[in-house]
Amino acid sequence: MNAVVVTGLGVVAPNGLSTEEYWNATLAARSGIGRITRFEPERYPATLAGEIRGFEPAAHLPGRLVPQTDHSTRLSLVAADEAVRDAGLDTGQLPEYGVGVVTANSAGGFEFGHQELDNLWRKGPEYVSAYQSFAWFYAVNTGQISIRHGLRGSSGVLVADEAGGLDALAQARRLLRRDLDAVLTGAVDGSLCPWGWIAQTSTGQLSTAEDPALAYRPFDERAAGFVPGEGGAILVVEDEAKARARHAPRIHGRILGHAATFDPRPGTVPADDASALTRAVELALADAGAVPDDIDAVFADAAGVPHLDRAEAAALGAVFGARELPVAVPKTLTGRLCAGAGPLDVATALLALRDGVLPPAAHTQPSPRYGLRVVVGRPLELRLRAVLVVARGLGGFNSAMVVGASH
Amino acid sequence: MPELTMGELTRILRECAGEGEGVAHDGEFADTLFTDLGYDSLAVLETASRLKRDYGVELTDDEVVDVGTPARLLELARRQIAARS
Repeated sequence: MNAVVVTGLGVVAPNGLSTEEYWNATLAARSGIGRITRFEPERYPATLAGEIRGFEPAAHLPGRLVPQTDHSTRLSLVAADEAVRDAGLDTGQLPEYGVGVVTANSAGGFEFGHQELDNLWRKGPEYVSAYQSFAWFYAVNTGQISIRHGLRGSSGVLVADEAGGLDALAQARRLLRRDLDAVLTGAVDGSLCPWGWIAQTSTGQLSTAEDPALAYRPFDERAAGFVPGEGGAILVVEDEAKARARHAPRIHGRILGHAATFDPRPGTVPADDASALTRAVELALADAGAVPDDIDAVFADAAGVPHLDRAEAAALGAVFGARELPVAVPKTLTGRLCAGAGPLDVATALLALRDGVLPPAAHTQPSPRYGLRVVVGRPLELRLRAVLVVARGLGGFNSAMVVGASH
Repeated sequence: MPELTMGELTRILRECAGEGEGVAHDGEFADTLFTDLGYDSLAVLETASRLKRDYGVELTDDEVVDVGTPARLLELARRQIAARS
């Protein structure tokens, strides 16, 4: 079976608006978490988020696209642009139906939808934008990326909350095995508007802390929820033989394996049950043809919610035993980016593989009770060949992916 | 409400659907197909809904889709406004 390689990266994150900016900030443990500025959060139980600040759409996108796009769609277009540039992909040179787009989304263009609902309620139906017909929708980022780059191969969108981003990469890999030459895939997500915020706060899993340094502390004794954020990553993935045939400027690494499972029905098992997540990790390793000893580090889902942290630690313990693999949690610097989290972790893992270094987690003091060797304080230099990325979505989605170095 | 001129229509179009692409002169703009200006059917539909809101101009969906150019859209709208007064 041909290898699936990543040839392009595009990152938009609260601590960096390009791949290298994000990577430098992440290695320096610069956080993008702060009090929400995009709306007044005073009346809500949670007031912190990882916002992408200072983003001027007109500086990155044609004017025609601005009135018809949500903030998160604009960000996804910027990430896709960077990924295409990074991959040196000349889509005009590829077969007409050879390149597809597969993204994930948890909410769609919520802020856009919020504004149009506001127009409908305050002013009347004739004030609702015609662009509402698609701008709010889950599939909108796939569609806009496809239109902007003229990509007409098989495309789609996956919705599985925070697990969906990894599932999108897995779907892209399936399409490459079928007949596509390349796929733009990943997710840029986030719904930091009042309408999105009530949906997120309703889960009861958000940190109510007001100090960014005390808010999102996964695997810490004092963990009490997480901070959401916006952003993510878009990747160009290709069949390795085809990427080499077109002399792709660089190969960031390989997608080696993936699996997704679903948790048992709530109430039938303890809340910290790890069986389905364990199974996802085992199946992802099997799909990669790897044994636990082949994995050099884990990028954890790191919910920051005690029973979910226990479940993840138990799953990693069940698969890797007493090895105490290094665990990276760069999302402590950005917040949890919904569907964007998995692809951003994969992008970060590829940069870690490239540079032989794991970024430190911020703010957290890992408790020994979890038995995890969470990287904190400063970057950890080590030889990396293969890395496991874990992502879980609200309601029982589990997804695990194995990525490997390019060599 | 200001008189509906090409300048005013252009302003509405930009507000609804963003800047068009690559047209230097106003005369050229008015007679260039919406599709060549980078405006798709939804952009024209959005503009038509603003004309209805601000000028009471009622165009059918078919008229909007077939209208072709800014000059033709202006002509249709002005004819309705004139017939009313």
